Amino acid sequence: MYQFPLLTLLIWLPIIGGIVVLASGDRATDISKWTALGFAVFTFLISLGLWTGFDTTSAEMQFVERSAWIPTFNVEYFLGVDGISMPLIILTTFITIFVIIAGWEVITYRPSHYMAAFLVMEGIMIGVFSALDAILFYVFWEAMLIPMFLIIGVWGGPNRVYATIKFFLYTFFGSVFMLVALIYMYFQAGSFSILDFHTLQLGMTAQILIFIAFLLAFAVKVPMFPVHTWLPDAHVEAPTGGSVILAAIMLKIGGYGFLRFSLPIAPDASDSLDWLIITLSLIAIIYIGFVALVQQDLKKLIAYSSIAHMGFVTLGFFIIFTILRDPSATGGAVMGIEGGMVQMISHGFISGALFLCVGVLYDRVHSREIAVYGGVINTMPWFGAFVVFFAMANAGLPGTSGFVGEFMVILATFRADFWWALLAATTLILAAAFSLWMVKRVIFGEVKNEKVAALQDLNRREAFNLGVLATAVLILGIWPAPLIDVMHATVENLVAHVSLCKLPAAEAAQCILAVPTADLGLAGQP
Amino acid sequence: MEKVYLTIVLAPLIGAIIAGFFGGRIGRQGAHWVTIAGVGLSTALSFMVLARFIWDDEPVFNQAVYTWLISDGIRFEIGFLVDRLTAVMIATVTFVSLMVHIYTIGYMADDEENWPKDSRCGTNSYQRFFSYISLFTFSMLMLVMANNFMQLFFGWEAVGLVSYLLIGFWSTRETAIFANLKAFLVNRVGDFGFVLGIAAVAMYFNSLDYVEVFAAASEHADTQVALFGGVSLMTLICILLFIGAMGKSAQVPLHVWLPDSMEGPTPISALIHAATMVTAGVFMVTRMSPLYELSETALSFILIIGATTALFMGLVGLVQNDIKRVVAYSTLSQLGYMVTALGASAYAAGMFHLMTHAFFKALLFLAAGSVIMAMHHRQDIRDMGGLRHYMPITWITALIGSLALIGFPAFSGFFSKDAIIEAVGHSTIYGSGYASLLLTLGVFVTALYSFRMYFLVFHGQPRMDAHTREHLHETSWVVTIPLILLAIPSVVIGWMVVEPFLVSNWFASGDWNPIVVAPDHDTLLPIREDWHGQWAFVQHGLTMPPFFLAMSGLGLAAALWWYLFARNPRIDEQLQAMGGPLTKILEAKYGFDTFNQKVFAGGGRKLGTFLWNTGDRTLIDGGMVNGSAHRVAWLAQYARHLQTGYLYHYAIAMIVGLVGLLTFFVVL
Repeated sequence: MYQFPLLTLLIWLPIIGGIVVLASGDRATDISKWTALGFAVFTFLISLGLWTGFDTTSAEMQFVERSAWIPTFNVEYFLGVDGISMPLIILTTFITIFVIIAGWEVITYRPSHYMAAFLVMEGIMIGVFSALDAILFYVFWEAMLIPMFLIIGVWGGPNRVYATIKFFLYTFFGSVFMLVALIYMYFQAGSFSILDFHTLQLGMTAQILIFIAFLLAFAVKVPMFPVHTWLPDAHVEAPTGGSVILAAIMLKIGGYGFLRFSLPIAPDASDSLDWLIITLSLIAIIYIGFVALVQQDLKKLIAYSSIAHMGFVTLGFFIIFTILRDPSATGGAVMGIEGGMVQMISHGFISGALFLCVGVLYDRVHSREIAVYGGVINTMPWFGAFVVFFAMANAGLPGTSGFVGEFMVILATFRADFWWALLAATTLILAAAFSLWMVKRVIFGEVKNEKVAALQDLNRREAFNLGVLATAVLILGIWPAPLIDVMHATVENLVAHVSLCKLPAAEAAQCILAVPTADLGLAGQP
Repeated sequence: MEKVYLTIVLAPLIGAIIAGFFGGRIGRQGAHWVTIAGVGLSTALSFMVLARFIWDDEPVFNQAVYTWLISDGIRFEIGFLVDRLTAVMIATVTFVSLMVHIYTIGYMADDEENWPKDSRCGTNSYQRFFSYISLFTFSMLMLVMANNFMQLFFGWEAVGLVSYLLIGFWSTRETAIFANLKAFLVNRVGDFGFVLGIAAVAMYFNSLDYVEVFAAASEHADTQVALFGGVSLMTLICILLFIGAMGKSAQVPLHVWLPDSMEGPTPISALIHAATMVTAGVFMVTRMSPLYELSETALSFILIIGATTALFMGLVGLVQNDIKRVVAYSTLSQLGYMVTALGASAYAAGMFHLMTHAFFKALLFLAAGSVIMAMHHRQDIRDMGGLRHYMPITWITALIGSLALIGFPAFSGFFSKDAIIEAVGHSTIYGSGYASLLLTLGVFVTALYSFRMYFLVFHGQPRMDAHTREHLHETSWVVTIPLILLAIPSVVIGWMVVEPFLVSNWFASGDWNPIVVAPDHDTLLPIREDWHGQWAFVQHGLTMPPFFLAMSGLGLAAALWWYLFARNPRIDEQLQAMGGPLTKILEAKYGFDTFNQKVFAGGGRKLGTFLWNTGDRTLIDGGMVNGSAHRVAWLAQYARHLQTGYLYHYAIAMIVGLVGLLTFFVVL
């Protein structure tokens, strides 16, 4: 049966768009800007086809495209999406539109190159989310660094060289280990298909080494404590659009990696090392929460807040093992992963919007210092309202998307351990403290100085960006069911898969995970 | 009926949206008309619902509106549970809200003057205010009409959000934006417990639906949780949920935000911080009575916290001089009474006091607001006096409110407060003796601070400056009409509802009983058994200590601040000086604020700075990241000496290496 190559189109359309925009150059910047926007919007519209054509009852890969690429090594051009990757692809195409619009007037230095970089970036990120061949994945994964390196390096702030090197080395350091793991698995499986990796039987030692290799790669991307320090620096130096892409999508690639690689390939290692991830996640929530509280720089504050929120993602993903191990537990594993996924999507909207808000201020005053501002709402009431709204969403207010994921993860964590849930729930206080204290100092109060007095409220483009994102945050908060429905079959399948021991027969004695699929969530009452 | 309930909830929301987003276009008139129409419609329908529950035996409504999400077999829904308990709440909430809406037309009429000239927030602030109070009404209705824990939490946080926005309404005032941040964070501490409580319910009941959870509650009566060396599940759930109530209903030690919330405009102090939102905790515990009845430990905890709040917060009210703060501390104290009633399993009495308090406290706040308007936004009661000559309606209604508050016989507060004190007296659980004593003493304190304020404001010689005195006059009808309409229920509502609420268990309809009381906790039983009508109840009250205490408090207040004050205007200061260290303690509000400011706010910032400097900057960046870069550089410094460029160095190295390798292979 002929199937329309939707994913190929989604990957290459923005990349071709990028090349076109690049070629059109800066002679007629209006034309290149509109071309870039056209490509971004068109890509987004096409990506909606993934949503409408998606079969939510199936956990299988959909929209699959498969053909040989490097036959010698059995490398394939193998694409497909499931309920985990599909929402992330739509998030990518959605956010890219705002990034293009946000750079419209602000970027004066080679705007066409700037737009082109983001379009190329978009294509590559979609590639990461849809690649089902390990080498293809790795190529996209590393390729992603290039446009981001350029975006920060060319359009970044004064300290951009330090930030780009730090960003590049940090992420590259992690991914090298991942490559080794991928090649090892190729020798085991005889192919680079990620789906084949999922069914491999691996000994405990191999699993643990693979798990650690992946952990190094993904932990840096998420980022998890203690490999998070590149993020605040990268954000501070990145232009607004770069920060938005970084926070809204690139961080999600780490979370996605855990679900696509670590959990299904090395479930026994994940099971025996889950305490490590849970500990690091809780540190991220609490330690980083306190660190965010005292930041003087708006972007650093939001960057640290991102790390704390991503802690919920990893917590939700790895809390499931404690629940699966407990014979008396009554489900909760699916909720943990779904909560983490919702948190990723929601954080994409909220952190993206918050960075756009910082951009709005930075474009006018050219400072990100909290102390420079005060009483902004007196001159920018609409902007102030948006900041209060997004800060509330960031603090996980029910009715906004920020609540959904956190609530689900806390509910799941409670099933695993009361004290972990207690520590995780401190985010209710910490996130409110750092978000709203920032609001108090920046937005409320009397007009602090002449710069604030001279501020102009949002223009149409900015209002459009923030308005659409606010709507998305509200819709997801008020009715998250459609998003959960899309991922439900996939997540249930993943949990069923993860709960089976993958150790070879010789090591079967070490199996802790041996729960037959049918019993999941049906065990006796506690 | 689903359409009716949806309309009740959505009408204020629609009003809020129109006034909020199109305030500039529809103007001030448009904004107050659209929101009043929305809330008015809600009020009318709520009374219709209430009437149907009273006379038509309306069946209990319990239905989902839509499914929020389903995960792991748990359905998270948005839905309504409307029974008689809810019907009473929605009628009270919408009625007070409507009164406050009308009152606001007068109170906020000159709001532009509250803003600096350079602030664009001053334009349309009137419309924004109406939008917020309508939004609040929507949130509060969602809270009380919820049929599951999640929606309860939605409403819970939404009223918190609106409270935040309204306390900080005058956002250019530093005190206001400090108070709203404080209020939100303290409430979040409560919510922290609340959300864990919900998580516990979800874990053990696999459902968040009230009816399902309550039906299964008795199965878990003996479930133990391996925490703190073994604790009953019900105790854990109930205490966690109650921590949420302590935040929202401002119980010690989470009460600190409520006095500061007086920074907000007075109409919202009446609506949010007296009549409705702060009573959400009381309503929540009443709603959860099937759970609370299963944990005596939790009930004792509630009893002790409530009684402590009731007396000790009332005492602080004695040394306050800001008219709104006196009323605020009185609210804290009265909330303490309600909560104590819950601890004694007298949920019906708690709800009763919630209702009477909603009317007379809203009345007192609005009267205080009327005084503040007349006084040109001066709030110090030491600068008032003699206002009864200038504002008769405010005076009479404030007197009615004060009498109701102190429990003057036959006024509404008399019935509800007496019922609480009597029920607590009959309670036998741990802490009931303590609670009983504190509540009884509290009656004296209530009368004392209420009438101190009353006499200082309305009697004696006018003490304000000449300019203010010249302009003193009764406020306009939009202000006085709500005062009168609230004064009526403040007098009669107790008489009307005491029998259905306390005696005939009116809340139960059909086989649904929202207020579950275990037989051995039934502290209202003596009242029921001994019931001979309202008149007999009043007569019985006249022989009890609370009556004498209230009268002596009133008498002492009259003696000090009416009789003596007229002769010696410095009597108030002298009395406070006589108090010595006691006054100091009360003025410092027992040091809660200082402690929180130092330990939590200051400590949090210090910890954050320490973690950032030591953890992120020194250890991770300094040690690991840049550190490894430096290590490589350092190593390279030495390694580069190997590369001399001399051919004979390399030749020798090759030969040495070759010999070494050969030796290695040969020997092995």
